Amino acid sequence: MTLSTAAKSAHTPERILSLRGIGKRFGAVRALTNVDMDVYAGEVVAIVGDNGAGKSTLVKILAGVHPQDGGTISFYGEEQSLANPTDARDLGIATVFQDLALSDSLDVVSNLWLGRELTRGGVLDEVEMEQRSWSLLRELSARVPSVRTPVASLSGGQRQTVAIARSLIGEPSVVILDEPTAALGIAQTAEVLNLIERLRERGLGVILISHNLADVLAVADRIVVLRLGRNNGDFRVVDVTSEQVIAAITGATDHGATKRAAEKSAAHPEAETER
Amino acid sequence: MSPTTHGDTSKPAAKAFVDDDLRYGFASSARSFIDRVRTGDLGSLPVVAGLLIIWAIFQVLNPNFLSSQNLVNLTVQSAAVGTIAIGIVLVLLIGEIDLSVGSVSGLASAILAVLFVQTGWHIAIVLVVALAAGAAVGLLYGLLYTRFGVPSFVITLAGLLGFLGLQLWVLGRAGSINIPDQTWIVEFLTQFFLPAWVSYLFIGISVAAYAWQLLAQARRRTEAGLTSMATTVIAVRVGGLALVLGVAAWYLNLSRGVSVSFLIFLVLVTVMNFVLSRTKWGRAVYAVGGSVEAARRAGIRVNRIYISVFMLCSTFAAMGGILAAARLQAANQSSGGGDTNLNAIAAAVIGGTSLFGGRGSAFSALLGVLVVMSISNGLAILNLDSSIRFMITGAVLVLAVIIDSLSRRSRAAAGRA
Repeated sequence: MTLSTAAKSAHTPERILSLRGIGKRFGAVRALTNVDMDVYAGEVVAIVGDNGAGKSTLVKILAGVHPQDGGTISFYGEEQSLANPTDARDLGIATVFQDLALSDSLDVVSNLWLGRELTRGGVLDEVEMEQRSWSLLRELSARVPSVRTPVASLSGGQRQTVAIARSLIGEPSVVILDEPTAALGIAQTAEVLNLIERLRERGLGVILISHNLADVLAVADRIVVLRLGRNNGDFRVVDVTSEQVIAAITGATDHGATKRAAEKSAAHPEAETER
Repeated sequence: MSPTTHGDTSKPAAKAFVDDDLRYGFASSARSFIDRVRTGDLGSLPVVAGLLIIWAIFQVLNPNFLSSQNLVNLTVQSAAVGTIAIGIVLVLLIGEIDLSVGSVSGLASAILAVLFVQTGWHIAIVLVVALAAGAAVGLLYGLLYTRFGVPSFVITLAGLLGFLGLQLWVLGRAGSINIPDQTWIVEFLTQFFLPAWVSYLFIGISVAAYAWQLLAQARRRTEAGLTSMATTVIAVRVGGLALVLGVAAWYLNLSRGVSVSFLIFLVLVTVMNFVLSRTKWGRAVYAVGGSVEAARRAGIRVNRIYISVFMLCSTFAAMGGILAAARLQAANQSSGGGDTNLNAIAAAVIGGTSLFGGRGSAFSALLGVLVVMSISNGLAILNLDSSIRFMITGAVLVLAVIIDSLSRRSRAAAGRA
């Protein structure tokens, strides 16, 4: 759990996660169709899209909340099935959901270690847990007044920090953040964005779901656009403008993905965006 | 630790997060205590204050109230209801309720009497069967709750009636069975009081264990570079515990002394407190009570926690029923009836366990039962009717719930959950 070991292999990053042809139906609704995505080590991938684009469904598939209907998920090159949240967690995919799922009445240490407490002779090892909590929060340069205050007394940004720190307890390879800045003020948002950069420096693959394009452009390396449950563009942040991304989100541009979509389902009038 | 000492990112290595002085002494202990009280984290403060007020009032009304004889009676009367209240504390911690503890304790009394007196089984087997019956009731509740999602309020209300019926059926035609007072269990639980030297030995061992545990913890924390309790604070705490226990034992020893049944109750409270605060299971109980969804997402097997807590609650109820049967030397149709249920629930709530889940400790069963039984005992020696007793106990319960609600609101206002 040290920063110094963070693999700075910017030139040949390792591919951690690779999704191919992911599909998901809920009854008659096709939430996802043939979605591809890759996540490399030390990379922040943002998934953006309008409401109903399939972002949350994709996250839930990766978190093991519900399995995909079609397509494959490979983890370090090996095909894996994520049948339930424990599978995903054991594999090394940690998810921080939008509601954080913290237990307000418990203190920071208890929340960080909840469900996987360290014990010494069958008794909780508070000293070890507190010490490791401090060092983890310090590595993240997190501003938390005390690890022994109840989580309820923390600000929104601090709670987000605790939730992200908790996801790191299991030493995951990929961290998924679902709208981490949605409810935060400007200063707190900046803090969380710094935190995301620190996750990247640790060599983790970070998947960031966000509505806020400014945040995405500020912190992400790559942007994957979903539209109506399909891929609609994969941009490197350095060579894209926010207008291009917005165009991809709203479908006001032609990409390989929209063309394919248009060919496959010509009946849908809203897919006819050929210029 | 005040919020103003929080981390400075420019000094990553320094322990900027914690107070400069890693050992917190009197001043900071006192300050954090005042802070907690001000923000509505009252802990056991209201109940201790309430107990002192109640004792003062009854002592003024009847100078015999605080006599050694009467306080010994109070401890003897408290053991059974207190044991049941431990179970109530557990279910309240997960944000549920068990209204049937009275009936279950009565059922255990009936099983004890019938199997022991009428069937003539060995006492050890009888005790195991009575406790197992309690555990089975809890298992049933737990399964009904987790499988069908029926509110515990309704399940246990049905249980209140159903297990009263079972109790009557077990007792059969006779309706009342006396347990001969020469039998071992009755003698042991009612007539046997600890000799003075044994009570002091117990206190010595407990205080030494407490001191050793605090010192060991402080040493480990210092080695780990964490804030730790200063030796003076440890000395004060240990001294305080020794003083309270020593004076209590000395005063009780002026007459009959500490009864075995009360000692059993104290041991159960201490053990449950340890389990709740120092084990993974205990942590999970608090987490489930605080937020079920958060606990579930953290990988806690929530259903197992519910079932185990319901089982423990009913088992404690059965244990209380056994203690009550031994004290009264009988089991009859009114065993566990009347105010047993409400006294146990009132004790847990008055003791400071929140009705809203996730807050409280096993010691609230001890403090709460002392309050409830003091009222009951005090009114009894004033020769007041049980009508007045019920009304006053009811009023105190409402007061306790109001304090709970108010402190919860002020905690929320101060952002302390």
